[in-house]
Amino acid sequence: MNFSAFNGRLATLYTTCAILISAGIVSLVSAPLFDHAKADDNLPADITTIKVKPSTADSPFKDLYSGWYFRAKETQNLQKDDFENPGFLWVEKGQELWSKVDGKAGKSCASCHQDAQKTMKGVGAQMPKWDEKAKRPLTLEQRINTCRQENMQADEWKWESDPMLSMTTFIRLQSRGMPVNIQSDGPMEAWVEKGKKLYYTRVGQLDLSCANCHENNYGKYIRADHLSQGHSNGFPTYRLKWQKLGSLHRRFKGCMTNIRATAYKRGSDEFVALEIYLAHRGKGLQVESPSVRN
Amino acid sequence: MNKFTRREVLAIGTTAFATVATVALSSSPFALAEAKKTPKSLLESFTGGKQVNEGKITLEMPEIAENGNTVPLSFKVESPMTKDDYVKRVIIISEGNPRPDVATFNFSPLSGEAAASSRMRLAKTQNIIAVAELSDGTFHMTKTEVKVTIGGCGG
Amino acid sequence: MANTKPRIKAPKSAKQGEIITIKTLISHVMETGLRKDKKTGELIPRQIINKFTAKFDGAEVFSVNLDAAISANPYFQFTMKAEKSGEFEFIWQDDNGETYSKKSPLTVS
Repeated sequence: MNFSAFNGRLATLYTTCAILISAGIVSLVSAPLFDHAKADDNLPADITTIKVKPSTADSPFKDLYSGWYFRAKETQNLQKDDFENPGFLWVEKGQELWSKVDGKAGKSCASCHQDAQKTMKGVGAQMPKWDEKAKRPLTLEQRINTCRQENMQADEWKWESDPMLSMTTFIRLQSRGMPVNIQSDGPMEAWVEKGKKLYYTRVGQLDLSCANCHENNYGKYIRADHLSQGHSNGFPTYRLKWQKLGSLHRRFKGCMTNIRATAYKRGSDEFVALEIYLAHRGKGLQVESPSVRN
Repeated sequence: MNKFTRREVLAIGTTAFATVATVALSSSPFALAEAKKTPKSLLESFTGGKQVNEGKITLEMPEIAENGNTVPLSFKVESPMTKDDYVKRVIIISEGNPRPDVATFNFSPLSGEAAASSRMRLAKTQNIIAVAELSDGTFHMTKTEVKVTIGGCGG
Repeated sequence: MANTKPRIKAPKSAKQGEIITIKTLISHVMETGLRKDKKTGELIPRQIINKFTAKFDGAEVFSVNLDAAISANPYFQFTMKAEKSGEFEFIWQDDNGETYSKKSPLTVS
């Protein structure tokens, strides 16, 4: 077979796949979800439920399920015990960084915020949050960097860097078990709307939106994976595929690359808006960070 | 274990072919030495060519691994673990990874039990073999097949 | 590796003759040596934890020779028969020549 003919066939194959997937004809095979009664015996540390009723009027779901629910028993077991959970390697680093002095001001996080177990309780569950000074919402990463620059006079941490992941995970852990509860009215409303629009917009060569997989087909197989409802309550998450902890925006990028779209950048307004919309539609689900996913 | 199943014979045949091919293509002595290691040769170097019996050791792994990067593994060998009668070593061998070596666990009578757990990488669906060497010089093995699925969302 | 951190979970006390369970975890990428750098196409050299040793009062209780097929952030669970009070020492050896260690006391009654 000559090369151009091969390329032609490949292109046809891609197109066929794209059409079939978007039409929901192949690949998405219905599979029974796990027995919920059984799943409850095996809940992750500090979590009382992984299933809640939606609290937003426009929710497309009858029940909200944490991504935990869609994973295999072995993956769930890694999250059940904090020692078994490799995500806690980052939590420990975050805890150390909390009281480590950095920057020209000679301060650490603890200099102002004292004991994170008290002062940070519930904070992670409310992010992203409107910042009056910046006149925009800030994600936890952005809030940390604002603090580092303005109050500590220290360098910014890169989004996916080890110290940033350690700190965001350590802070989110202080809200573990608390329901996701972000503000979605007032100045946040426009951002929720922007995120919603992105969520339902088909993009990439496969012409898929977030909703095509995570709303219309959750619980079904995509190849050999169970699709989740795409909630954000477990992030940052220790993902087996990554073999390390990763941010929600890293997952967004991965999803977009999978559907052959040009991914937005971590920390971009698009991803911030999407993060806000996900937190809004996932209100009530308990914060699980650091969760373990496949 | 003395007999090979048809699947194993096929697997060994393929490995042997790959070995020949690699050796033929490579002039580096390092690559040559690496290419020679097969599950069979690794097993033989562990046992010194001695007979291996089935049983006494159990290996627990999931039937289907959700992701090949982190697959839990637990094994246990029946043994009183006394100074005179204990398990010396347990080797874990992969039949389907680029290299057959996974790990060798070294025990002592102080261990109390000849049992351990870890997490391993599986490149594809394959058999994992566990072989125990006892203090009396005997070898015991078990093996289990783990299916590795290809995830839908590689991102 | 600058950021390598061991974690251990071992009981601080035990009854004599009791078989106790120890869990260990260390942050490490366990670079296989089989991956290629996406930009240069060159093989990334292997860098793994190649040996883990658990000692009690200087005597080896349990050890593992690791190859690259052990997952990133290597985890081990194993046991020890508690005979006397003493101190655990856990040692991880890296391909780059570094070693990481952590100690933990045990009181046997």
